[in-house]
Amino acid sequence: MPEETKSPVPPPPEGDKPSAPKAAAPEKPAAPAKPAGPAPVPWDSPLTARLKQRYGSGITPSTYLGQNYMVADSSLIPELLEVLRDEEKFDYCVDLTALHYPNREKQFDLVWILYSFAANERIRVKTMIAEGAAVPTSTSVWPATNWLEREVFDMFGIRFTGHPDLRRILLPEDWKGHPLRKDYGIIQQDQEWVKINLGIESGQ
Amino acid sequence: MSDPTTYISHLELGEPDKTYLDSNELIINMGPQHPATHGVLRVILKLDGEKVLGTECVIGYLHRGVEKIAEHRTYAMFNPYVDRMDYVAAVSNGLGYCEAVEKLLNIEAPPRANYIRVILTELNRLASHQLWLGTHALDIGAITPLFYLFRDREEILKIFERYCGARLTTHAFRIGGCQYETYDGFERDVENFIAFARPKIDEYEGLLTGNRIWLERTRGVGRISADDCKALGVTGPVLRASGVKWDLRKAKPYAAYAEMNFEIPTGVNGDTYDRYLVRVEEMRQSLRILEQAVAKIPEGPIMAKIPKVLKPPVGEIYHSIEAPKGELGYFIVSDGSTQPYRLRVRPPSFVNLQALDLMVRGQLVADVIAVIGTLDIVLGEVDR
Repeated sequence: MPEETKSPVPPPPEGDKPSAPKAAAPEKPAAPAKPAGPAPVPWDSPLTARLKQRYGSGITPSTYLGQNYMVADSSLIPELLEVLRDEEKFDYCVDLTALHYPNREKQFDLVWILYSFAANERIRVKTMIAEGAAVPTSTSVWPATNWLEREVFDMFGIRFTGHPDLRRILLPEDWKGHPLRKDYGIIQQDQEWVKINLGIESGQ
Repeated sequence: MSDPTTYISHLELGEPDKTYLDSNELIINMGPQHPATHGVLRVILKLDGEKVLGTECVIGYLHRGVEKIAEHRTYAMFNPYVDRMDYVAAVSNGLGYCEAVEKLLNIEAPPRANYIRVILTELNRLASHQLWLGTHALDIGAITPLFYLFRDREEILKIFERYCGARLTTHAFRIGGCQYETYDGFERDVENFIAFARPKIDEYEGLLTGNRIWLERTRGVGRISADDCKALGVTGPVLRASGVKWDLRKAKPYAAYAEMNFEIPTGVNGDTYDRYLVRVEEMRQSLRILEQAVAKIPEGPIMAKIPKVLKPPVGEIYHSIEAPKGELGYFIVSDGSTQPYRLRVRPPSFVNLQALDLMVRGQLVADVIAVIGTLDIVLGEVDR
């Protein structure tokens, strides 16, 4: 379905544009001149001051739409997470997920969403990692990340070193490919697996 | 917490005189086709006689890849898909998704829409808890409650049907508010339902709360401590039954919950019985919320002004709500186009199911059924 990814407004055909409408064209987008979307602003708090003091430029705390997050250097994982749990009381790991940016040098973003029951505060910790790089597991920090890391491994192929049982969780264990990567098509599947296990040419 | 990767064997128990042949260790499959797993959940049980030594959940049978689908749909097109995750609480799924996208767009639903959302979400919480209680009791061997609860749940589904034409996968909300104005007599229907449901909850309790068999089967079964809950990320009634007074409707109020008066019921022992009591009390609190919401529902528009083509600015948002099963979160990353760059669903059932192993280890195999029931999982949401 390549047409789905296209923008809904097709670009006007090139070349045969008369000059008169061209002059009027710049006025049209000026009328609904939307304010530029809100931008992330630096996040300053006693918590970030303490972390800044310890890690310096290793972390970049920001706020976007009232939500706090920090981009951390991947070498700080899992130490930073341990500090957040033990010293800053982020005792509940809400979620762990990943994002794929195929055109970036470090292709993956890992995102931990953390919550502190004591402070009723939610933050996100983000780190960038390259394709093929392994990340130390955080199962020793929050056992909840056991299945979450397995899901990230399943969907993105990111390896977590030290994970007690790093296997696929939602897809069959012998499936090939990691579906949530951007280069994995929406109707793509492991044809060989489907043929062997379901006995049909395609699952569609 | 015990290390889930090691299994206890006779030798480790310090019984060197026992040989391998004395061991009763048995590995059996429960599911994926099993009526008490509430869907297609396969649990591999390692048993010593009737005692559970360890479990492993095999999931993914219902995996449809909704997160991948989301990347190929516009924001509005993806809305009906979320109903198919937790299909017994479709309204909650829709609420979480719509609110997350609204936050990303930096818009707010009008007050009337928020009240309609609260009413339908609470009705759905009741329906979800009713379905849970009926099937959970059935699993344990009490057949009667199932009929009572399905009969009463029908009244809620009728209100849904009158409101939006669908009973289960309602697609009740839109990004920016609600599509439909309430029908004539909506408030009266909800009020009638409240009057109808209140004595019914006492009736369920009359069947179960003091029932000797129910007590024997649920008290002390599947205990989990508050610390273990937090460490495992377990939320919802399971966390509250372990004594943590935490509910996102209070902790991070959304929709119109800040204007509602209600209590957060908590348990003490964190066992199956306490979780039952917490959910029953939650039903009563839902009725309280419904009463207030219907009385205070304001007049006004039901849709915020939103552009025809939704293009959230580049950015990301995490928004979560208290679904009947726990914290249901949406993490949406926008690249400024009409489709999400990435949409992550934080499913409460998936995370809660992880606690199964800890809760049943050392218990009897019959308790596994009780614990799966008490976790209140929906496999459509576990697998997505």
